[in-house]
Amino acid sequence: MLSGWFIALLATGYLGLLFAVARFGDARADAGKSIISANVYALSLAVYCTSWTFYGSVGRATSGGLSFLTIYIGPTLMLLCVGVIIKMIRISKAQRITSIADFIASRYGKSQLLAGMVTVIAVIGVVPYIALQLKAMAASVDVLLQHSGSSVEVWGLDSTFLIAVILALFSILFGTRHLDATERHEGMVAAVAFESVVKIIAFMAVGIFVTYGMFGGLGDLFQRAAASADMERLLHLDSGRAGTWTALIILSGLAIIFLPRQFQIIVVENVDESHLKRAVWLFPLYLLLINIFVLPLALGGLLHFGAQGANPDTFVLTLPLARGAEALALLAFIGGLSAATGMVIVETIALSTMVCNDLVMPWLLHSTWLQAEKRQDLSGLLIGIRRAAIALILLLGYIYFRLAGEAYALVGIGLISFTAVAQFAPAMFGGMYWKQGTRAGAVAGLLAGFVVWLYTLLLPSFAKSGWMPSGFVEHGLFGLGWLKAQALFGLGGLDEISHCLWWSMLANMGAYVAVSLNSRPDAVEASQAERFVDVFRFDARNAEARLWRGKASPDALVGLLERFLGAARARQQLAAYALSRQAAGWRNLPADADFVQFAEAELAGAIGSASARVMVASVAQEEDLGLEEVLDILDEATQVRAHSRQLEAKQRELEAATNELREANERLRELDRMKDDFISTVTHELRTPLTSIRALSEMLHEDPRLDLADRSRFLGIIVNEAERLTRLINQILDMAKMESGRAEWTTGAVDLGEVVRESMASLEHLFREKGVALAGNIPASGPVVQADRDRLTQVMINLLSNAVKFVPGGAGRVQVGLSSAAGLVRVEVHDNGPGLTAEECNVIFEKFRQGGNTMTDKPQGTGLGLPISRQIVEYFGGNLWVESEPGAGANFIFTVPLPVPEE
Amino acid sequence: MKRANPIRQRLAALSLLGVPLLTYPLLSLPSGTWGGIPATYLYLFGVWAGLIALAAWVAERRGI
Repeated sequence: MLSGWFIALLATGYLGLLFAVARFGDARADAGKSIISANVYALSLAVYCTSWTFYGSVGRATSGGLSFLTIYIGPTLMLLCVGVIIKMIRISKAQRITSIADFIASRYGKSQLLAGMVTVIAVIGVVPYIALQLKAMAASVDVLLQHSGSSVEVWGLDSTFLIAVILALFSILFGTRHLDATERHEGMVAAVAFESVVKIIAFMAVGIFVTYGMFGGLGDLFQRAAASADMERLLHLDSGRAGTWTALIILSGLAIIFLPRQFQIIVVENVDESHLKRAVWLFPLYLLLINIFVLPLALGGLLHFGAQGANPDTFVLTLPLARGAEALALLAFIGGLSAATGMVIVETIALSTMVCNDLVMPWLLHSTWLQAEKRQDLSGLLIGIRRAAIALILLLGYIYFRLAGEAYALVGIGLISFTAVAQFAPAMFGGMYWKQGTRAGAVAGLLAGFVVWLYTLLLPSFAKSGWMPSGFVEHGLFGLGWLKAQALFGLGGLDEISHCLWWSMLANMGAYVAVSLNSRPDAVEASQAERFVDVFRFDARNAEARLWRGKASPDALVGLLERFLGAARARQQLAAYALSRQAAGWRNLPADADFVQFAEAELAGAIGSASARVMVASVAQEEDLGLEEVLDILDEATQVRAHSRQLEAKQRELEAATNELREANERLRELDRMKDDFISTVTHELRTPLTSIRALSEMLHEDPRLDLADRSRFLGIIVNEAERLTRLINQILDMAKMESGRAEWTTGAVDLGEVVRESMASLEHLFREKGVALAGNIPASGPVVQADRDRLTQVMINLLSNAVKFVPGGAGRVQVGLSSAAGLVRVEVHDNGPGLTAEECNVIFEKFRQGGNTMTDKPQGTGLGLPISRQIVEYFGGNLWVESEPGAGANFIFTVPLPVPEE
Repeated sequence: MKRANPIRQRLAALSLLGVPLLTYPLLSLPSGTWGGIPATYLYLFGVWAGLIALAAWVAERRGI
């Protein structure tokens, strides 16, 4: 039933469908309605799962058990370092970077040499990987054809070559519609995402069919496997291979971002940084799901076919076929086709961009042929080069497959490529996070790592295929034992991949760091280092304009753009640029640094940053700024931001300080007003006795005939008033001292009972004169407090003399009480005077407020006694207040805290 | 100073957590079978799924 032509028709039909998806994606992108959502982006990352995953993982699981999982755990862990990936995306967008070669070259001073090196390493490293896809596809076709007993031969060419040709055509149609590589290939991304869905559905369908259809579920499979000694080994990890396990995780973690196609999909094709937050978990989930049935499939295949049965790399196809499930086998074939085509399309597009921009262009720019064709539009030529590069790369892949492919399993070939691209890691990470890394260091590191990789991994793989003598592997180069390619310096016991990884990384990082530390960057390198490392902080507007100084002619620049972008596209970009600078057209713009930057960026998108720089330099006279000046400008650019942040902080501090000052000022004004009030009150109070003294003195002075009794009475009043005046002045002084904190206090142990008794005794005559009864129940030895004895006496006398002043003569009664409770001594002076209203209870403690009606009655005190008393009591931690109601007498109470007993 | 993005840091922390959990020597801990399925198989997929679930939870709660 499965005739060769049917299979060919099905495959062609599927590729046609893919093409339709891609066209749809491109059409939507052209209409400005991108279909690249976060989910599409995450799925497109699954271009990582090639036919290696689809067919090869099962093959590896039959020999290495669970170790195939490392290839998927590494990417999971790497992707979680979102910061690194966002930094790569941000840099690439700012610098219009189109490939990993461009990234490294641009970072190290837009170096053509580095760009070329990276391209060569990538092409040599990845060609085996492309061969792997061809091999897998050829094998899958063979399996299906074998099953049906037919074959497809067109003009005597083998099926693998036909597949390579079809893939080349397909990639050319997909990837080289636009020239500008930063103009994303949205159609291609959509097709890749679609393929990812197809391949996971196909693989899981086969997995479920085998596990639950052919066997009795996971448990059954594992139990039957455990019964055989050979297979039992696959179910457990061999801790003797812990080093390999870690090495493979590192390797695959690096591959997920440094493989040219992964860089293309993750960085160049990224539409929106926020898509990463979906990819960071959806892509690992995809990897997990596609791997669940790998081990069951491997065990199922081994159980069904026996150890020497079918090729384990094609179990995905042969298992369903063995049960006659041809439709499922066809689905699996389509899944494998998806895996291979997706990888080949994206990889060849990425590599062709690199080959065109970084290998062919530099050579063309130096050739005399291009100089002769000065006015010609070169955009067509560029597309032609890219198409040729795609065809050439696939041809190389085919040749590798023919020559070396048979000797290796799929996974073995893939890991050779992984190790090659891992060589980019030091230059990439160093470039993003270490400003001191220099071009010389990057060249040295890449070269050292690449040579070690070539000697310990690629050449031995050739030797294994019998393509070259294997003496250097078995006996060492020139017969020197320590140069054995896979046991360098006698380092044995490792598998070839870990062996190569450790030695090449040692050489690579060592050379990169050592040479970087011992070389000086030039001006362009230094400025690019700043732009890369500080991409989140770099103040582009400020620095870019000053980093380029020279003379340029706008016509020459526009001429360049038209040559490389094509006239139509160049005009379109120029119009957009002019609009962004608010000019009517590019002719109104000066050919300043900004314009030159724009032209260089546009060119970089088309021919890579290194070639773009050479081209712009050919039409503009750039002044050499020199390293020192460039560093100064860059320092400022990054410091301006820091300074403005500092300024903001300073400003906030200033505002806070201003607020505090304003409040303090308010308080001072308030105090000033209070002082003015106080002074006017004091002068008023002083004037009252002075007025009466003066009036009486004048009477005595002017009227000598005044009789003696009157004279004596007047003089008595004068003496009294003078005394009151003295008391007033003393109290004002006392008050002022206390308020300014200059009062003198002598604190000691004071027996409060004694103070109360003495005060009562000293005022006894006053009470007796007025006929007021003074009673008190004071213990012989009262509570002792820490206070100033004289001051407390002053308080007590003040309270008693107030009481005697206000009680009626004859019937007056004053009762003094002393008690202590809850750590406080409480002294009460209770009288049966007229009492105070609630309002008066408060105001009598204010200065110059007196009890009774001051308007009608003659003042009976100074109005300062109670405020002073309250200050004294509060100074010792107590309280002074009054409890009273009109007509019910007043009860003045003060408390003083008892000393805290010492433990 | 602008604070570093907390989501990126949480994800990076998850990555650092995953490294010891998914490499030796911790990897040699699970042995035997759990419910007829090899413990190593369950452990690897379990830890992996756990990391993915945590990453999804961290990433989808707020924007990066």
